[in-house]
Amino acid sequence: MPELVASEALSAAGLTKRFGGLAAVENMSFGLAEKEVLGLIGPNGSGKTTVMNLISGALKPSSGEIKLYGDNITGIGPSQVATKGVARTFQLVRMLPAMTVLENVAAGGVFGHARRWGKELEDYAQGLLARVGLANAGGAVVSALTYIDQKRVELARALASDPKVLLLDEWLAGLNPTELNVGIALIEQLRSEGCTIIIVEHVMHAIRSLCDRCIVMSSGVKIAEGTPAEVLADHGVIRAYLGDENA
Amino acid sequence: MSIAEAAPVVRGGPAISAREWRMLLVSVLILLAAACVPLVVGGYALQVSISIVMYAAFATSWLLFSGPTNYIALCTAAFFGIGMYVTAAGVDLVPYPVLILASGVAGAILAAIVGLATLRVSGIYFVIFSLGLAELVRQCMTWGQHVFGTMSGLYVTVDRSEPMYYWQLLALTAVIFLVGWWIGRSRLGFALRIIGNDEVVAVHCGINTARAKVVLFIISSTFASIIGALVAPRWGYVEPVVAFNPFLSFQVVIMALLGGTHRLWGPLLGVIPFTLLWELISIEFPDQTTLLLGLCFLLIVYAIPNGFTGLIEDVWQRRKGGVAPGARNA
Repeated sequence: MPELVASEALSAAGLTKRFGGLAAVENMSFGLAEKEVLGLIGPNGSGKTTVMNLISGALKPSSGEIKLYGDNITGIGPSQVATKGVARTFQLVRMLPAMTVLENVAAGGVFGHARRWGKELEDYAQGLLARVGLANAGGAVVSALTYIDQKRVELARALASDPKVLLLDEWLAGLNPTELNVGIALIEQLRSEGCTIIIVEHVMHAIRSLCDRCIVMSSGVKIAEGTPAEVLADHGVIRAYLGDENA
Repeated sequence: MSIAEAAPVVRGGPAISAREWRMLLVSVLILLAAACVPLVVGGYALQVSISIVMYAAFATSWLLFSGPTNYIALCTAAFFGIGMYVTAAGVDLVPYPVLILASGVAGAILAAIVGLATLRVSGIYFVIFSLGLAELVRQCMTWGQHVFGTMSGLYVTVDRSEPMYYWQLLALTAVIFLVGWWIGRSRLGFALRIIGNDEVVAVHCGINTARAKVVLFIISSTFASIIGALVAPRWGYVEPVVAFNPFLSFQVVIMALLGGTHRLWGPLLGVIPFTLLWELISIEFPDQTTLLLGLCFLLIVYAIPNGFTGLIEDVWQRRKGGVAPGARNA
């Protein structure tokens, strides 16, 4: 697809991560177009979060290459990757407990891709809080927030760096049905604003409504790729999720 | 133990708020009052006062690094000893003020080497290493003294009056406070608070955590070395066993914990009562000092984990009816 190359935000080629003898990710190659929302799905333990950790620099790949807008970011470490413009949320929400909500958000916008400070930073962080629906919570302590609100704070913190690519690792996990709709609407909004996002998710109706394209992983390898409707109908994918030996 | 500078807004930027001006004014008044002490008291009271400002400088400079990062550094003695030795070695060769600077530089260099080697590993490994460092440097010095020297120590002869020691240490304490205040307002300070809260978040926010920690460690250790240079002439004779006494490192940590580590002025509240208590213990129970130091440590950690500043703030919050006590550190 040569027309994609020009606007390719992120690409992975032959990405492999071995922990001892176990290949958590094996020879993964994929691209991510600008403004695209890519879903990364698969059963537990299939290596999705490992892929996220490889992209964000938390883990160093055993082999393979990751490029951000043509710039090789393989193995440069998480703080450098963040500085280049990749922001992430965590599978288990990570707050800065002794800091205020506003400071939690501001933390993302000082040292990474965007470097604001002082009044400008404060205003920007406040704007992001409003955007995720927490306009009045800036001065609160994070321990006083509900789970979904902590997730909102984490999302705002990721957005504070004006990321080129946003990685959401099971950002919707653990939400109740009402919160889930709020969460999906929030990501939908980011999508309509033109954010480039990779989502790791188990919530299938979120995948269907949010993702342009999906990659399905099983045991560390890519087993399918296509639109959500295509991959969720794929025989191999159904087998990976439900298994034929257990049936 | 956590840092909880729970200001409602992100601090920093060029503007200094009215509240900060008030704090600054109060600090200057306290400093002026403290500077008058040698004019009023002398003899034993002045000696104790010198101890108090010395420990205030130690504990506050220790806090610069260990407060925000939550890394307990037990190597104050190593840097203090280095400062003393640089001063003792050069006292007959170069003017004393140059030696004060040289001590700071020597401390900074040692801190940079140690920091680069150890601050990539976190938590308990650093604590143990920092404790071992003082001992390592002491052994090296003892060996050096044995090989190159003619006796077990060095004489330091600089003519200084007791009030002068007091004023020098007080001035240094003021500088440490100013530096601490500046760091608290800077990006570096913000980065360190993030690191102290969650290092994983910090790196994913783009913070070069190793560099931030090393810079702070250097600043903190440089001050400890300068204290060594300021105190060396008062001791008159410097030898490894006293210059690199690990006791000092623990005392400094205990004082800082007693005062509270989440405010810059916290250690001050610990230093004054603890120094007085320690004077009493040294006089009344000279053979049980180590035992009593350990007991004090346990008592503080169990009874007032957030130090005096933590207690004061909890009471303050309760009276205001604001945030529930303890919520700050949840």
